[in-house]
Order: sequence, then structure tokens, then C-alpha cells
Amino acid sequence: MSESLFAKTALDERNQRVQRFYRRLFLTMTLLLILPVFVILTVLLSRGASVLSLSFLFTNPEQGMTAGGVFPALLGTIFLVTAALVFSVPLGIAAAIYLSEYASDNWLTRLINLAIINLAGVPSIVHALFGVGAFVLFFRFGTSILAASLTLAIMTLPVVIVSTRESLQAVPRAFREAGWSLGATRWQTIRHIVLPNAVSGILTGVILEVSRTAGETAPIMFTGAAFFLPFLPQSVYDQTMALSLHLFVISTQVPGVPEGLPYGVALLLIAVVLVMNSVSIAFRMYLRSRKKW
Amino acid sequence: MRPVSELPELPELKDMDRRDFDWYADKLVQVLVFVGGFSAIVFILGIFFFITREGIGFILHSLDIVEFFTSPNWRPTSEQNQTYGALALIAGTASVTGMAMAVAIPFSLGAAIYIGEFAGPKTREALKVLVELLAAIPSVVWGFIGLTLMNSLIIRLFDVPIGLNILNAGLILGLMAAPIMTTIAEDALKAVPDHYREAAEAMGATRWQVTRKVVVPAAKNGLVAAVLLGVGRGFGETMAVLMATGHAINLPTSIFDSVRAITATIAAELGETAVGSEHYGALFTLGIFLFTVTFAINLTADVIVRGWKR
Amino acid sequence: MVAAEEGVDSILEVEDLTIRYGKHVSLYLPELSVRRHEIFGIIGPAGSGRTSFLKAINRMDLFDPTMDVRGTIRFQGRDVKEWRNVYSLRRRIGVVFPLPVGLPLSVYDNVALAPRLSGVRNKTDLDGIVEGCLQRAALWDEVKDRLDSLGSLLSGGQQQRLTIARALSQKPDLLMLDEFSIAVDPVTTMRIEDVLKELKSEITIILVTNLVQQARRLADRTAFFLNGTCVEIGNTEDLFAGKVADPRTEDYILGRFG
Repeated sequence: MSESLFAKTALDERNQRVQRFYRRLFLTMTLLLILPVFVILTVLLSRGASVLSLSFLFTNPEQGMTAGGVFPALLGTIFLVTAALVFSVPLGIAAAIYLSEYASDNWLTRLINLAIINLAGVPSIVHALFGVGAFVLFFRFGTSILAASLTLAIMTLPVVIVSTRESLQAVPRAFREAGWSLGATRWQTIRHIVLPNAVSGILTGVILEVSRTAGETAPIMFTGAAFFLPFLPQSVYDQTMALSLHLFVISTQVPGVPEGLPYGVALLLIAVVLVMNSVSIAFRMYLRSRKKW
Repeated sequence: MRPVSELPELPELKDMDRRDFDWYADKLVQVLVFVGGFSAIVFILGIFFFITREGIGFILHSLDIVEFFTSPNWRPTSEQNQTYGALALIAGTASVTGMAMAVAIPFSLGAAIYIGEFAGPKTREALKVLVELLAAIPSVVWGFIGLTLMNSLIIRLFDVPIGLNILNAGLILGLMAAPIMTTIAEDALKAVPDHYREAAEAMGATRWQVTRKVVVPAAKNGLVAAVLLGVGRGFGETMAVLMATGHAINLPTSIFDSVRAITATIAAELGETAVGSEHYGALFTLGIFLFTVTFAINLTADVIVRGWKR
Repeated sequence: MVAAEEGVDSILEVEDLTIRYGKHVSLYLPELSVRRHEIFGIIGPAGSGRTSFLKAINRMDLFDPTMDVRGTIRFQGRDVKEWRNVYSLRRRIGVVFPLPVGLPLSVYDNVALAPRLSGVRNKTDLDGIVEGCLQRAALWDEVKDRLDSLGSLLSGGQQQRLTIARALSQKPDLLMLDEFSIAVDPVTTMRIEDVLKELKSEITIILVTNLVQQARRLADRTAFFLNGTCVEIGNTEDLFAGKVADPRTEDYILGRFG
């Protein structure tokens, strides 16, 4: 027989060529998708890095926001994010514990899960409207750090719940059964066996949420963040400046701003966000390598 | 091993059948975590309740449903004749979202296929991390890029006078929606059982043929859900759209037209309204509309996903 | 079936027990009792209801919403359903599962977990309990220098002995083992069998096993469960000598089916 049964036929050749083509096509698409991250970083760095310095971070803005630093905005973002976490993390962990450890598969649980998914999908401006209607007006907090951070808290709640629940469910059921058969109550088992092994996963999720919340603008725009405040906030009932809002206003509504300034603010904001994300990702990878069981 | 008789006696631990502190603590925790879980329902209902509360005045007294949905004249601040036609706004949202999907759908699917079916484990990790970083960029920064970089790019490339338009916001929105779409699409592809692939490969199919003819069709529910979630994201995005679409309220005729989206309208005008005024109520009504549409989209996507996961 | 003798102390008495999963009846026991300080073996093929029986005894059925338990199980004379604090019931009964479980805590904390939850705080007391239990479980010599190492990273055989040590830490009256040797090497199996023989003087043991010869080696009396019923209970010696009340028992023991 002159031809082996397994020699490449013309059809095989064509299939391989087609496959190579599509593989390269999809790789290109993936890279094109990711490319903007680097482009944006490069642009911001080249035009805004000159503005960034320690004094930029720690001095107040001057001359109608066209010069000086961003200290009150930076501080304000820290206040808002911290306050939002104070509200959303304990509540989120409790909800996740309920869903992971207590809830049975009935209609109520399905309803709760539905509520969480929908909460996650609410547009940020609708959160802002809700914040105005509920916290600013109905509960009479006025435009304040309190109203803004409560609005942010409800926005971050679903993500905290979902990532905490996943961390809890990653702990094998066998550990819980070992605890229960020793006579431990459900809460004792959770507290001594499950939670300590889920904490690192929970932390990863929280860091991620911090980075997301720091970048939000719409929910705080009408509920407590303002652009031009002469004083730092003294209490939770005061308004505050915020980095995200600062970028928005300075790039759209302030005349006479030197070119580098908005780029600098954008660079700062994106740097904060990306650093926190990277910390969270790195932490997650470290955890995966350090298996405890 | 020492015989048991030689070992010291284990202390008798308290064991009376009595309800102790831990028993009550457990019951208390049960109540507290239930409250936590139930709060999700309270909040979603609360959101709907409070935005309706502020918008109900407009809906009951001033809303002309026909005008709202068919008229492109959104003139809340006109002195003589205020009109609240939202058609142009809806068209604005739809056109920007449509452009975004035109970009995001092919690229997300392509990326998901590459990451899920072709990439080796290390490459996959790296690519997933990079996609996560893409997702991390705040929307106000995207809006800023739209205002500056994209703006000048479009003006130069296409020789148009203004670069703040559907194309600008659509591209940006596409990049913003792509990460979540990629992730969900990737999950959908991963959920296709390996033995489907193995059976096809055993018949001599190449990777690509397996993917195209077997894996993708099997994952179609999840892929549809990914698209829906992307659309939902596009509908609800505020800052980037506010900054990159320009400020013209009109029905678009080309992708180089400036438009105004619903979200941007609310954000741009809410600060100027007086609480309780007609304009104020109209904006909240827009919010109710947004809430309802994104609720429906998310519900559908979830039903499809659950159907697929079963 | 051998009836409980008059005057013998029973630690466990079962009356009219029915266990269902949904509609399916997985076990029906009209009568059974376990005497103090005996090793009570339960043999039979998988799916005969042996594990369900153990779950019903220490009320682990409460964690499974599909499980329905009717009838009476009396532990130390009291119906397990009538204990006001089900956790103290579980503290009186130790369990060893088929798959070894070392909790991701230090070896010390693994054994000290249950006493701490019961309120023992004194370091000396805890040290004593940890050493005592690990000694009884034949694990002390191997871990005494590394009590800090993670329990979940020990070998399978060590983890199973760690589970026994944990189970003993509350000085239970009853120890239940469910096919403990499945995932454990033969050497460790032998060591644990020696441990069980020694423990008999302190506690009562219920041994569910798929290894018929293991029952022969350890159990004083053995019950044969088949398809959700108890076919017979008898002195192990008698059963293995062929003095069976039901031919199916002999068939199973001789390996004619399994």
C-alpha cells in the first residue's frame, strides 16, 4: 500500500489551518480586550504623573480647585468607604452565614437569593435616587456622610454576601459534622471551625469591595458628597468631598484647570483601585498555595 | 501503648441535660443571621418603595404615558410648555447599549473561548487576572477617558467635529461590560461536561471544531445569560455615559451623533430640581423605569442560568 | 433473635424504630438493646440502614431535613427525643466516621476543642485531657513532639486515631464507629482494634463494620442488618460457629453474598 492509513489528508491540513486561524483570532480578541488597561495607564501616567506628589496628597485645593492638592477628597473617600464597610460587612457576613449554614432549600431562600441578584443589578443612579428618597429625605439625615455611606453600603451588600458565602461553602461539610457530633452547637461549630477557615476568603472579597466602592460616584453625588467644601467634615451629618466626585467635577465643570491636574486625579484614583485589586488577587493566590487541608 | 487501666482518669465533664448559655446563644444567632438574610429582601423592596414614593406625584398628576414613551421632547425646564417625552432618552440608552454590545459580545465570546478552550493553565490565570483588572477601572475614570483620549481619537480618526457621541460611549461601555460577560461566558463553557469534548475529539475533530459544534451550542443558555447581564450593565451605567455621550437630547441618526441616556439625564438634572417639583418627580419616574427594566433583565438572566445549571 | 436478658444493664434500648428518607423506609427495628461495656457489632451489606441507625442515636438526623425518625431510642434510660439539650446528648456519645477527619486546627486544639466548648479553661486540665485521649487512641507517641502541627495534614491512619481521641475527650459512655477502617491502612486498623479492646473496660462500643472478620475479632454480640431490618442478634462466637437462627446470616458470614 503506497499511502499509510494515518498520513495527513488534505482535509486534515485544512482543519489544522482553520484551527490555527481561529486560535490566533481569539487570542487577538482577548489581547485587544485587555489592551485598554495598559493604554489607559500609560496615558494617565504620561500626562498626570507630574502632578502627583506627597504634597498633592496632603494639601488642600486652592484657587477654586485649579491648583493645590486633593487631601480633603482623599480623606472623604476614606471616610465614606470605611463607613460603608462598617454597615455592609457585618450584615453581609450574617446573611451569608444564614444562607450557607442555616437556610434550607425552600421558597424563602430562593426569594432571598433573587433579592441579592437583583440588588446587585440595580443601576448606581437608582441607588442614588433611593438614597435621596430614603436617607436624605425620609430619615432626615440630610445630605451627609451618613446618608452617602448607607447608600454605598446597600450597594456593596450583595457582593459581600456572595463572596462570603462562597468562602464558607469552601469549607468541607465533613468538618462541620465532626464538630456537631462532638456536641458543638451550630454557632460553636461556625465560630470555631468554619469561620476561621473562611476568614481569608472573606477578607479577599472585602478588599475587592473596598476598591470598587472607592471609585463610585453616582450614589454619593446627591446623598452626601460635594465638590467645594471649605471645611473638613466634623461629624457624620456633614457633607464631604470625595476623590471620584472630584475627578468628575474637575474634568467637566471647572474652567481654567491646568491640563495635568485632572489626569493626576484620575491617575491617583485608578492607582488606588488597581493596587487594592492586585493586593486582593495576590492574597487569593497566596492562600491557594497554602492549603490547609 | 499503655493499657487503659494505667492511664489517669479523664475528668467527668459537665453533661447534665440542662439548657446552658451555648444553647441559648445558638438560638439567638439563628435569629440574627436570619434577619441578615432577610434584609436583602427588605432592601430591594425598600429601593422600589422609596423611588416610587418620590415619583408617585408625577406619575399620578402630570404623567402622560403616551407622551413619555413616544415623544422625543424632553423639556422639563422650558418656561411655557414643559414636556416630558422620554423617547430620545430611551433611544440614547438603547443606541449606546447597542453599540456596546456590538463590541462586547464578539470580543467577550472570543476571549471566553480562548481562555476556556485554548489557553494553557498559566496563560489562563494571567488572562483572568488581567480581565479582572479591566473590570476594576472605576466608571468615572472611564468617563474621563471618554472625555479626553477617546474624544480626540475619534475626532482625528473620523474627521468629525465632536468626539462625544454614541461611538465613544459605546466603545467604553463595551469595555466596561466585557469582563463580566467574559466571566459568565467562560463559566458557561466550563460547565459543559468534558465527556462531550472527549467524544468529539475521539471522532477526530480539532479543538476548534469541537468548540464550534459541540461546546458552544451546549453552553448557549449561559451565553445568552451573559449577554443579558451585559445589556443590563449597559442600561444602568451612569458616569461613563454621562461624560462621553455629549449633551444633545435628540433621536440619533448615526453613531457620530451626541445623545443623552436615561441614567445621564437623571444624574445631570437631579441637582437642579426642587424636591417635590414636577421635574423632580419626572426624574424619579425615569428611575422607576430603569429599575423595572434592569429588574426584568436580571430576572430573565437568572432564570436562564438556573435552567442551564440544573 | 436473642432477647435482652433480665437484669443486664442496658445502655441503649430501641423500641419500634422506623427511619424514613422521604417515603422510603431505610430501617425498621422492633427491638434492640446494647449492654454496658460490651462491643456490639453490626454487620451487613451497604444500604441496610446501619448508618441511619447510628445517626438516629445521637440525633444527627436533625441536620438532615429528609430524614424522619419514629419510635423510641432510650439512651441511659431516657428517650433521646426527650433530651432538652440535644448537645449534651451528643457529648455523651462519641462517633468515628468512615472517612478520617482531622480538623484544620493543631493536634492539641483538635482534642481540646470539645472540652473547651464545655467550659474547661484550665491549661493543666486541658493538657491532661489531651494527653490522656491521645494515649488512649494510640497516637500520643507519634504526635507528642508536634502537638502544634495541623491535624488536617496528618496521615489517614493518624487522622482516624485523632478522631477517636476527639471522640473520647468528653468521656462519653458510648462510642460508635462506622466502618472506621475503610480509608485506613491495615497496620493502623490493627492498632485501633487493640485500642477498642482496651477501651471496653471504660465505655460501651457499637461497631458498624463491613469486615465480617473484624466483628469476629472484636464484638461480643453481633447484629446482622439486611435491607432495613435486623435479621438476628447473637453472641459472636455462636454466629460464627454456625449456630444461626436465620440461614441468611450464615450466607452473609460465609461470603455467599455481600
